[in-house]
Amino acid sequence: MSERITTDVVIIGAGPVGLFAVFELGLLDLKCHLIDILDRPGGQCAELYPEKPIYDIPAYPVIGALELIDKLKEQIRPFGPTYHFGQQVEKVEKQEDGSFLIGTDAGVEFLAKVVVIAAGGGSFQPKRPPVPGIEAYEGTSVFYSVRQMEAFRDQEIVIVGGGDSALDWTLNLQPIAKRVTIVHRRDDFRGAPHSVEKMRELVASGELDLVIGQVSSLEGEGAALSAVVVKKNDGSTVAIPATRMMPFFGLTMKLGPIAGWGLNLHENLISVDTEKFETSEPGIFAIGDINTYPGKLKLILSGFHEAALMAQAAKKLIDPTKRLVFQYTTSSTSLQKKLGVQ
Amino acid sequence: MPKITFIPYRQEEITVEAEVGSTVMEAAVRNGVPGIEAECGGACACATCHVYVAEDWYGRVGAPQPMEEDMLDFAFEVKPNSRLSCQIKVTEELDGLVVDIPERQA
Repeated sequence: MSERITTDVVIIGAGPVGLFAVFELGLLDLKCHLIDILDRPGGQCAELYPEKPIYDIPAYPVIGALELIDKLKEQIRPFGPTYHFGQQVEKVEKQEDGSFLIGTDAGVEFLAKVVVIAAGGGSFQPKRPPVPGIEAYEGTSVFYSVRQMEAFRDQEIVIVGGGDSALDWTLNLQPIAKRVTIVHRRDDFRGAPHSVEKMRELVASGELDLVIGQVSSLEGEGAALSAVVVKKNDGSTVAIPATRMMPFFGLTMKLGPIAGWGLNLHENLISVDTEKFETSEPGIFAIGDINTYPGKLKLILSGFHEAALMAQAAKKLIDPTKRLVFQYTTSSTSLQKKLGVQ
Repeated sequence: MPKITFIPYRQEEITVEAEVGSTVMEAAVRNGVPGIEAECGGACACATCHVYVAEDWYGRVGAPQPMEEDMLDFAFEVKPNSRLSCQIKVTEELDGLVVDIPERQA
């Protein structure tokens, strides 16, 4: 059922530093696969501040975060990296021959000689609203994403939020659900205008309920939800019958499964040396915001430097007999050939 | 320099000096005020620097811009006096500002 891909390097995280690692590894003839939990490259640059300017990228007095990502993608194109989006690496296991078996939650497996963790602040995960006892319902009645629509058929569903995720799932699930109620703290939605319009039409025709307020508690037995209690803005509360709830409160960053890979950690960051940026497990490197060492600065700039040094060490590990001749892209014809400019 | 008082949830209040032109979030982070996480670093992209502006100050601080209002959707226990502290610019007029920090950010 699962496919297995063999490659030189698997890079976990397709933010700016993960992308630039492809460049440095590519110059040394190493092939890379990039895995990211988001559905596009860019990491925090894409998810947190796409429109914001960055002022400390050398030679760019100012560059937009998304523009930086576009330029990095262009820069690494000659090396033909393969992207695997929308999936999270769950396991990294050392094999007898020293290589690593990497498995994602989408069932994709990789065999790689080197693993590079460039996971930034961790993986983006849905925020859990601070509703008392919500954990008990997660996975049975409370869901942060829809894996199978069928699990929602004929259910009483409460969807919380005012953005595109909340609206899209309201509109998608409304036809198959017994009843859908959308709960939002204000009567103003930031989702796409046509989705808002469609939602309002359904409310007007009585096919959908809209409640303005904030969820204050949940009612149910064991893991089976029976009602969502909403505190309205006038202070009154209303209990909405519900067997399913989907909260959409945006994303937050969590270290996630990395914590269980046996690497030395320091305050949720991966400890590395400053020569190779290698973790406590030989063959696994960590670069960018996810690592820590004396004097560490969480700058994209630092991540780029770490990528360059990591690549040298990775090459030596993968090709121990090959003599590495240090070359400049400005003058080396062989590097220029790899970049496709010769 | 204007002074800002932060009241962390069920903790002693902390008064700090804030530079004119900086943000209330920056004043909190620089002084290690607990409860202001500012995960995104002030890009109005995460809602983890959520504060409640003291009632007698809310008029002077003003209401959030639409982008901040959208981001407040991701905050918890949003009240009419909720603001994201990264979007409040420190001015001389805000000398003495008091903000409450919610029980949790995320």
